[in-house]
Amino acid sequence: MQIAVSVNGTEYSRVIEPRLLLIHFIRDDLGLTGSHWGCDTSNCGACVVWLDDLPVKSCTVLAAMADGRRVLTVEGLERRGELDPVQQGFAHCHGLQCGFCTPGMMLTARWLLDRNPDPSEQEIREAISGQICRCTGYENIVRSVRWAAEHESAAADRDHHGLGDGSEGDDLA
Amino acid sequence: MQVPAYVEYEKATSVDHALTLLARFGPEARVLAGGHSLIPMMKLRLAQPETLIDINGLTGLSYIEVTDGELRIGAMTRHAQLLDSAVAGQRFAILHDAERVIADPVVRLWGTVGGSLCQADPSEDLSAAFAALKATMVIQNLTGTRTVHAREFHTGPYETVVAPGELLTEIRIAIVPGGGSAYQKVGRRVGDWPIGAAGAAIWLDNGSDSGTIADAGIGLTAVGAEHFSAAAAEDFLRGAPATQETFARAGQIAAEHCRPVSDQRGPADYKRHLAGELTARALGAALARATGAGPLPPVQRSPGQRSPGSPRPRRGGS
Ligand SMILES: Cc1cc2nc3c(=O)[nH]c(=O)nc-3n(C[C@H](O)[C@H](O)[C@H](O)COP(=O)(O)OP(=O)(O)OC[C@H]3O[C@@H](n4cnc5c(N)ncnc54)[C@H](O)[C@@H]3O)c2cc1C
Ligand code: FES
Ligand code: FES
Repeated sequence: MQIAVSVNGTEYSRVIEPRLLLIHFIRDDLGLTGSHWGCDTSNCGACVVWLDDLPVKSCTVLAAMADGRRVLTVEGLERRGELDPVQQGFAHCHGLQCGFCTPGMMLTARWLLDRNPDPSEQEIREAISGQICRCTGYENIVRSVRWAAEHESAAADRDHHGLGDGSEGDDLA
Repeated sequence: MQVPAYVEYEKATSVDHALTLLARFGPEARVLAGGHSLIPMMKLRLAQPETLIDINGLTGLSYIEVTDGELRIGAMTRHAQLLDSAVAGQRFAILHDAERVIADPVVRLWGTVGGSLCQADPSEDLSAAFAALKATMVIQNLTGTRTVHAREFHTGPYETVVAPGELLTEIRIAIVPGGGSAYQKVGRRVGDWPIGAAGAAIWLDNGSDSGTIADAGIGLTAVGAEHFSAAAAEDFLRGAPATQETFARAGQIAAEHCRPVSDQRGPADYKRHLAGELTARALGAALARATGAGPLPPVQRSPGQRSPGSPRPRRGGS
């Protein structure tokens, strides 16, 4: 079957088998290997991307279900040539070690912050509770998301007062 | 690598279109809702439909509303929408209790209420919640609609009365004054299916202070309870005083009547223990809500899960 999907703002049209999983479409057909394929059983969240405006475990939906929709992967997180504050937070707070869980963690974190710009530690842990990290013990992931929340609100304040351009002032560690 | 077997795919654009497609493709066609049970089953080749009828475009089946004294939930309502629904939580707190512990936040964005019920997994949480609430299911086919009581909906593990060519479209729960409801689940870890879980709904005679139970509903899952319910325990509760002793006895009766099996989630005797204990606790929590009595007993958590707001245990040094 023919599908048309907008991935990170680029339109792709491909002929696929209906049984193709979205994760394999993204990685193998489009060559976007930032999304990781982990447990293959809907449990680890390494494969999380956005379908329209919501994160989804892309090993658990068909590429056919994305026809006519938008997909956002980690490659599309940066804005205006700058890393998303979530990505900056992970870099700044050492939120990753091997990096396998990272793309999925960041996409769920972005969704959380869009809904809840000032999440508590508990709310962050709840949001990523369907995603597994074997390296960090989650502490630094939680710190990274908090960092992003704090820096986004600071940037929003600056915007609000007409100071700066809303871009992040902090250096990456 | 787990890949589904070859399958055809059709996208439905309306309920009528979905029903027409189901009729055209016959009994080997399967409805694809959130896909979060069906696709894992297809990956394991436990399900090998010939055609998938994708109903994700049927946004008209995604709603939660109060009509004619009933809470009505469209079959395509996602778990997350039910959890976010203030009206559902106010009327039937059991639905929020259950949704909070179904899968994880990302899975809940996609899995649907209708898909949960039609999947009919013997450990499905919502099957127990709706059994406790004595809900009614609305099923549609090309000739019309029919309604089926929650307790006649499931005919066995992974089996329901929804026939090929039919769709579950809506779940209805009668709003009866003087009621309260709650759900208690024990799982191995956050986001996992239950080892055992119980839901309870309780309605008191003549409003909230009489102390006599007019009617009660008990839903059980993962413990081999017939129709996800505990009819004998409900019979015992009707007309009884709403006390902890009554609830403990009802829990014992519920436990005696279920048939749990040992599996990787736990031994049968432990599951039976859970059936009794969680039934009693759910009844207690439901009563507290029916009478508006102060704070609820703490919700049962999986081992290792902290309650919200409790301080994090710190390791030395930091
Ligand atoms: C990691 C993970 C953890 C989970 N943990 C839990 C848990 O703790 N507790 C729990 O209860 N569930 C759990 N689930 C299951 C989750 O609730 C599923 O989303 C749900 O069971 C199925 O909903 P769905 O919309 O994805 O259905 P689908 O997978 O699309 O469909 C399931 C079945 O129902 C049929 N169907 C779907 N909708 C209709 C309809 N309207 N009419 C007729 N037939 C229909 C389909 O043909 C299919 O046979 C978990 C799932 C995952 C992936
Ligand atoms: S690969 Fe999709 S959840 Fe693990
Ligand atoms: S950084 Fe290695 S799994 Fe999370």
